[in-house]
Amino acid sequence: MMDSTAKTRIVGAALPRKEGIDKLAGRARYVDDIQREGMWYGTTIRSSIPRGLIRSVTFDTSVDWSEFTVVTAADIPGENCIQLIIADQPCLADGKVNHCEEAIVLLAHPDKHKLRAAATAVRVEYDPLPAVLSIEESERQDAIVWGEDNLLKSFLLQKGDVDSAWSTAAHIVEGEYRTGAQEHLYIENNGVIAEYSALDGVTVWGSLQCPYYVHKSLVKVFALPEAKVRVIQTETGGAFGGKEDYPSTLGCHAALLAMKSGHPVKMVYDRMEDLAATTKRHPSRIRHKTAVDKNGKLLAMEIDLATDGGAYSTLSSTVLSRATLHSTGPYVCPNVRVRAKSWATNTVPYGAFRGFGAPQAVFAIERHMDEIAAVLSMDPIELRRRNFLHQGDTTATEQTMREPMILDELMDRALHESDYYAKRKIFARENHTSAIKRGMGVAAFYHGSGFTGSGEVYLNSLAAVDVTPEGKVRVLVSSTEFGQGTNTVLTQIAAEALELDYRDIEMAPPDTGIVPNSGPTVASRTTMVVGRLIERASKQLVAELREHANLEADHTREDFFVACERLRAARGKVLSECRYEAPPGIVWDDQKYQGEAYPAFGWAVYVAQVEVDTVTYSAEVENFWAVQEVGRVMNPVLATGQIEGGVAQGLGYALYEKVIWQDGRMANNQMTNYIMPTAEDIPPIHVFFEQMPYQHGGYGAKGLGELPHDGPAPAILNAIRDATGIGFHSIPLLPEDLFAGLMARSLIEGPATL
Amino acid sequence: MSTPLPTFHFSVNGERKQVQTPPMKRLLDVLREDLCLTGTKEGCGEGECGSCSVRMNGELVNSCLVPVLQAEGATIQTVEGLATDGRLHALQEAFLKCGGAQCGICTPGMLMASAQLIDRNPHPSLVEVREALSGNLCRCTGYMRIFESVLAAAASGKAETELAEKHDAR
Repeated sequence: MMDSTAKTRIVGAALPRKEGIDKLAGRARYVDDIQREGMWYGTTIRSSIPRGLIRSVTFDTSVDWSEFTVVTAADIPGENCIQLIIADQPCLADGKVNHCEEAIVLLAHPDKHKLRAAATAVRVEYDPLPAVLSIEESERQDAIVWGEDNLLKSFLLQKGDVDSAWSTAAHIVEGEYRTGAQEHLYIENNGVIAEYSALDGVTVWGSLQCPYYVHKSLVKVFALPEAKVRVIQTETGGAFGGKEDYPSTLGCHAALLAMKSGHPVKMVYDRMEDLAATTKRHPSRIRHKTAVDKNGKLLAMEIDLATDGGAYSTLSSTVLSRATLHSTGPYVCPNVRVRAKSWATNTVPYGAFRGFGAPQAVFAIERHMDEIAAVLSMDPIELRRRNFLHQGDTTATEQTMREPMILDELMDRALHESDYYAKRKIFARENHTSAIKRGMGVAAFYHGSGFTGSGEVYLNSLAAVDVTPEGKVRVLVSSTEFGQGTNTVLTQIAAEALELDYRDIEMAPPDTGIVPNSGPTVASRTTMVVGRLIERASKQLVAELREHANLEADHTREDFFVACERLRAARGKVLSECRYEAPPGIVWDDQKYQGEAYPAFGWAVYVAQVEVDTVTYSAEVENFWAVQEVGRVMNPVLATGQIEGGVAQGLGYALYEKVIWQDGRMANNQMTNYIMPTAEDIPPIHVFFEQMPYQHGGYGAKGLGELPHDGPAPAILNAIRDATGIGFHSIPLLPEDLFAGLMARSLIEGPATL
Repeated sequence: MSTPLPTFHFSVNGERKQVQTPPMKRLLDVLREDLCLTGTKEGCGEGECGSCSVRMNGELVNSCLVPVLQAEGATIQTVEGLATDGRLHALQEAFLKCGGAQCGICTPGMLMASAQLIDRNPHPSLVEVREALSGNLCRCTGYMRIFESVLAAAASGKAETELAEKHDAR
């Protein structure tokens, strides 16, 4: 283990956000702020039905189509598919559609107002086919809409012997838990600008997380060599996973219009289009059957996990994988069986969203733990403590917890800071005589940092630092900034390791023509994995300068640059690259689904204090405590901001955010009626970090960004259970759901006495 | 022949502006397209998110809901008008220090709503800050760092002075 007291000058300091001043001055350039010479605008004609054959596309003669560029699947020079895990999603629908809002025709014109009118003059006629619109319809195979059986992916995770355990149980507790779709609602909608020239190929600028993902799709769609495709991330106004896969589609669309029109083409969605047409969080249905002994020890867990993947496979298999690997919670259980399936439906494909399957899985297990505690008449805290993983224990995948673990301490701190027991006692007394019922709820959980299993090995990430002839020290990564702090944290790491000032370092432009592929900016991997690469590359450069350019120990800034010029004179450039190396002992078996699921885990205990108004049926979170251990904290202000933001999204997931479906289309695709928390809805969020540096993460970091979305929903619903005595099993939990639950009980028990 | 477009006059960040444009064009688009002031952002186009907030005649408005004809003769302030002589406004400084901006897309609107609050109420309580910012959605921060930023700027007393100076300048 790394010495946690290791002194650092810059890592761990609350330095201001690297690109902060540009953002605060209104100077930061987001894609819609950029104009190109001779630029046109693009728009998309989309499917109005969930599934069917395209009979005809007609262009109303009231429009002079000679002014427009029209693109269909027939204009695609290469393969008509978006490159993700399986290439099953067309770039443009060709003859059939599999979900509402699937793109069929693209239009471009120099005047965006004329474009809007023209879009209504394109008529698509269909021969509708039967559609499946829910997990149940898909698993019943009411119609086969994907592959041979509608099954996008399945996993079977087994440990011990579940079947023999039931007969030894004091109690068997069953429960079914459901989570809804959730919209990312980044405040900047998806948008790109594309250019094409026969000489240079395709260039795409855009609001996106993963420049090399977009690059990969463009190479195939245009059948171009890699060197003729360039993707540049522009300042990105929020992403949360929602700009992981979708920009590949949008980037190809704009580039097709650019190629055919001979002009740069900008496509920026408005809010309604972005909400209706782009990815969301996978809805889930998770069934738990759990055997416990009379003392609350978990004996067996059988988990049936199903997600709705939407019309194409996109990232559903890896989301399902992460859900599977988080489904048993931070507990020891000798016998486990998880059957996980992701089902195709005729809705917009679900995609990556902060937490990536874990929020669904954590909601189910952490709600279920409270239901088990109720059956045992046991304190839910005590039940958790009796089953917590400790150092040396093995998980459901037989991964041994080799790093020190402090779940008990996190629990202690969360209970202490929230004054949990005292408040429960007071609320229990007051609730009898009040129309406002208050309660406390807890969730304990982990989030695996970085790609699952062998993922990081396959990614084979490359990152670098260089010093330009102009004397700029740069971090070269494809890891992007979209609010979470990539620029700041990687700069801090480089400055620390190069023994320079924070202001001496800059980020190279996130441009595939300039930066190497350090992997996608996802999976809470940037600080831990890419940060480690930058730490190594920086230390390697210092070592080279010491060895080959007479740089002495405790160098000054001036010494450093003099030495760099010596190295440049000898080698022609000053560049230090590092490639990913797996930490020792990371072994993962994809077939058996066993081994080291993640190199490291972030751990957390969250507490929600909730009040339920039994007159208005509103539930409000009054106070929230988030205690976590995420390795070394690189920048306390940014890290706290990540936790607070994640908790707010998790609160919305629990109590506000409901996607309303009508025949496979999102009906409430406006901010007016898809409701996210405002400044008046968020309670005080108290954030605490315990720091256990992880020796293979950048300066001891583990993953942080996704963790805070996992815990709020179960903590809040557990608090509502504590307040009302009713265990709700689905989110979002809106006032009408609370009404239904409370009414159902009063019908059984008679009206509540106040 | 189409009729010539009408001309509108107003001041933006202390500078007199004149634009010839359709009268129903959104103030947001006039600022961004005709005046190249792209600091003001569009988030929803229906007055829900507040990203396009600007100050017009001393009121906070969603510029996506204001047709330019309503801005005739108005005094408008956008995020570009907050800093003076290359020096950040106290609110901008506080947002930088306290982590009030993450992705930055709601930030210009948040800053304008915060400036409006502090101008009217130099020492707001947390409850007043929450209320004043409740028309501006932020998806990144969970609002905590933004509240802290506004309270820090108010406590510094500098925000008040700067806003007063700006009013004098007009």
